[in-house]
Amino acid sequence: MRSRYSASGKPFFTSALLLCTALLMGSEQTTVRVEPTIPVGPRALEKQTESAVVRDYLQAWQSLQVALQANRSDLLNADFVGAAKEKLAATIRDQQQLGIQTRYADTAHDVKIVFYSPEGLSVELLDTVEYDVQLFDHQKPQATHHVSAHYVSVLTPTEVRWEVRIFQAKPE
Amino acid sequence: MKLVFTLWLGLFTLVSGTSARALSLQFPQAVEAGSAFSVPTAGSGMGTLYIVGPGGALERSVRLGEPVSFARGDITCAGRYTAFLIGPDGTETADFDVVPSGQPSTMSFLAKPSRLSVDLPNGISGVVYVFDVFSNLIVDPLQVVFQLSVASGPAQTRTVQTQNGVAWVKMNSAAKAGPAQFQATVGGTVDKRIIQQVPGDPCTLKMNARRSGDRIALETEPVRDCSGNPVPDGTVVSFTETYEGTESTVDEPLKRGVARTDLPVHDGAVISVATGVVMGNEIHWQGGK
Repeated sequence: MRSRYSASGKPFFTSALLLCTALLMGSEQTTVRVEPTIPVGPRALEKQTESAVVRDYLQAWQSLQVALQANRSDLLNADFVGAAKEKLAATIRDQQQLGIQTRYADTAHDVKIVFYSPEGLSVELLDTVEYDVQLFDHQKPQATHHVSAHYVSVLTPTEVRWEVRIFQAKPE
Repeated sequence: MKLVFTLWLGLFTLVSGTSARALSLQFPQAVEAGSAFSVPTAGSGMGTLYIVGPGGALERSVRLGEPVSFARGDITCAGRYTAFLIGPDGTETADFDVVPSGQPSTMSFLAKPSRLSVDLPNGISGVVYVFDVFSNLIVDPLQVVFQLSVASGPAQTRTVQTQNGVAWVKMNSAAKAGPAQFQATVGGTVDKRIIQQVPGDPCTLKMNARRSGDRIALETEPVRDCSGNPVPDGTVVSFTETYEGTESTVDEPLKRGVARTDLPVHDGAVISVATGVVMGNEIHWQGGK
């Protein structure tokens, strides 16, 4: 298990993220960089909240990967909610009908939190993510393609964690 | 040497079997969600085009050399998609973006709190996320107009530009109690919330006293907040009588804006009144006055 995080000037946060990366990531190396949060919203973001948001967002990527590879939408339940969950579940249904699977292997995340709502009820982050997407048709690998994309995600708090409510790539 | 050759052979097999060849599949850089588009293909024979992404998955049989057409509504989820064209001569891949339609259709409008005191600076917050007709977050900047209006008095209006699909505002609660309509407008889409503005804490407190047999009847003047709004009935007012080192207190809720009670007559007694953190006047009872 090899992972590498960097969050300049944030030793506590970095170590916390290292821990969560070690817990979250698979055997492949995934680099996660968390950019310093610039207060663009009306509410200050505590370090603990920031750490929890990033941890849960990265966990959501893991769930997405497993769910899309296994074509099991129930694996989204813990980390996605609302429109994000509905859209991903629809994608899994499409894949099931077509007899295809996709394997997303994320190799790098560059995460930046850009908004924290006044009442603490939503967090928006941007992520420049690198991943390989591999296509399987009826279990047979077809091809792999490397993708670099910018994702905008909105997370909302539940009883125990932050869940992804909006998950969408945007053009550069 | 044999080992090196075997490794090279294995690597070659791996690369040719699973990885894409050089790109020649020409997708538009960005396609609007739900719109029709077509993609030219090269070569001859039949192939299979797969389009996959977190937002959806499609598969098409294609005749290579002819364009592949996508009808309106085929791809409605915004996001990054990867296309794999598997042909007799190999695989081509390409990325493309599906972008939200620029026209706002719905919004998520969160207004907080639903109830607050009057005259609170920045007491009301509103957050709006803007979506297109396919529930895609519109990340291009849009103007959102927030308006907070009450029955009496001018409305507060702020125009805020979305950043990454979100706009927020903080506004003051009005000086006069009552329901306020908090409205967000983006494009032709309007969403409204009702905010209850309730009186604040009592501002001043004054009581009057008169003799009633062997008792002193006490009654406050109507209790109001600092903006002149009547404080809600039920707010507790405490009357305290101090006489020769003993103290007795009666708590009474406001009824129709005033609190009333009676206490025993004692010449030389000091009677005070308070509610919350506000102290009212004191009465020194002497000889029936």
